[in-house]
Amino acid sequence: MGKIQLRQVRKSFGDVHVIPGLDLDIEDGEFVVFVGPSGCGKSTLLRLIAGLEDTTSGVIEIDGKDATHLPPAKRGLAMVFQSYALYPHMTVRKNIAFPLKMAGMDQAEQDKRVERAAKVLNLSSYLDRRPGQLSGGQRQRVAIGRAIVREPAAFLFDEPLSNLDAALRVGMRQEISELHQSLKTTMVYVTHDQVEAMTMADKIVVLNAGNIEQVGSPLTLYHNPKNIFVAGFIGSPKMNLIEGAEAAKHNAHTIGIRPEHITVGDGPWEGVVGLSEHLGSDSFIKVDVPGLGIINVRGAGELNVHHGDRIRLAPAGKIHRFDDKGLAL
Amino acid sequence: MARAHSPRRLWLTTIAAWTVALIIFFPVLWMILTSFKTEASAVAMPPEFLGADWTLENYVEVWGRSDYPRFFWNSVVIAVGSTLLGLLIAIPAAWSMAFVPGKRTKDLLMWMLSTKMMPAVAVMVPIYLLFLQFGLLDTRIGLVLVLMLMNLPIIIWMLYTYFKEIPGEILEAARMDGASLWNEIVYVLTPMAIPGIASTMLLNIILAWNEAFWTITLTTTKAAPLSAFIASFSAPQGLFYAKLSAASAMAIMPILILGWFSQKQLVRGLTFGAVK
Repeated sequence: MGKIQLRQVRKSFGDVHVIPGLDLDIEDGEFVVFVGPSGCGKSTLLRLIAGLEDTTSGVIEIDGKDATHLPPAKRGLAMVFQSYALYPHMTVRKNIAFPLKMAGMDQAEQDKRVERAAKVLNLSSYLDRRPGQLSGGQRQRVAIGRAIVREPAAFLFDEPLSNLDAALRVGMRQEISELHQSLKTTMVYVTHDQVEAMTMADKIVVLNAGNIEQVGSPLTLYHNPKNIFVAGFIGSPKMNLIEGAEAAKHNAHTIGIRPEHITVGDGPWEGVVGLSEHLGSDSFIKVDVPGLGIINVRGAGELNVHHGDRIRLAPAGKIHRFDDKGLAL
Repeated sequence: MARAHSPRRLWLTTIAAWTVALIIFFPVLWMILTSFKTEASAVAMPPEFLGADWTLENYVEVWGRSDYPRFFWNSVVIAVGSTLLGLLIAIPAAWSMAFVPGKRTKDLLMWMLSTKMMPAVAVMVPIYLLFLQFGLLDTRIGLVLVLMLMNLPIIIWMLYTYFKEIPGEILEAARMDGASLWNEIVYVLTPMAIPGIASTMLLNIILAWNEAFWTITLTTTKAAPLSAFIASFSAPQGLFYAKLSAASAMAIMPILILGWFSQKQLVRGLTFGAVK
């Protein structure tokens, strides 16, 4: 079981209100990702759930029990840190077994669980090494191993992949997703990388300045952002947000069009290509359209346009409409 | 960028380093030389060097006249005891200052350091009276206590510096893994800080070993360590330099040997955190 409920949780550091008051339900077995820009309070929120920070007010319930004032170890949660936070003086085996030792488990059971976790995480041949002798990816796996042996109610991940290089990140992302599918344990994952959020999450929580902007499945957020912040934050490259006369034509203060929903060729907008990036599978171009500003366009395959070309664009997909408060219409 | 070392520059720095080392070591060297001279040769003017009468007599007499092993054992108990007791108090103190600092932690650290700026003689009378009151005069436990208190600020400061270098996330991980505060300190913090704790221990053993003011003031015979042993050779009848030197050489030899073998650890400890 791993149901986590936050009720009017607030956190202030002195006069700074990092989380001004927030409600959230995390269902058992869900993979929930907290995403948002730097300083939005996502890590603080995770630390509040972990018990590493005290709440200023509000209630945190884990499996229906009030855990607001429980120490971290008593909450039945395991955490994987950004820096891995392995114990450098212990071997991999001792690192993974540490939570079991602290729980007073007998040696035979400890060994059994460590071996099993090591097998799952491909660490069996590294058990007698120290963290310093491992690569970044292996260290991260040890950190995950240390978390899974406890069989916690939920896993908390604090930007676990941000210290890895791009290739390794993709691999570990898949490993964590597979782990979730096989363990079916609740996972709460903090990242500023929206690709991680989109690919891993059952449910994304978009945070901004300590407030929840929207909660929903990745595709709900992509297709139906509740406001301009979410519209701009989810999706890469960013959604084009256009104000003024063009928006007024659609009875909105601002309209949003995703870069992949604009076609090149014929169309009402004319502009000059600024930057063009050709990845083979995709092409990303930035077009300076007078009256609209810089428009991001994403085309599948090769778009035969280059810097300085004068081209025409047409919206060809959903147009998101927002009012003057930035809320979706 | 590494600085280029010309041979001339290397020679100059080598000579300068040896000169400084010799100046620092000269009193010890002179003391050792004097300890092998006769009393007459020791006070001869101009000082005798190569032409002196060399003898082992001073060592024989010093050994015969006093109970060196007892003084030595007292020194060991006092130096090691005060350091271990100090560590026992300083580790939790430094932990809390490094990992859960309060608003006044920095002030507290400064205040502790400032107590080291106060001359020991300023608190001599109250401490002497306290010792008298509690029957601690001329006891090893009394000296262990007073030396521990005198060195505690240094121990805490050093440990605080080492602990600050340990990433807080590792301790948080231990907390998540179910470690109590005690387990966190025993299984995670202390083993990670072993190099720092070892050099703090060494430095404080040396400081306590060489401490003379309190050891001489608060002891007479029973608990007197080697520093008092040296002092006992400056008799009212006059100074016997050769014997005094022999006694001094015998007193500093154990700590000199300890320092020699642990110098790498000591240097690492003292420069820890100075360079990233």
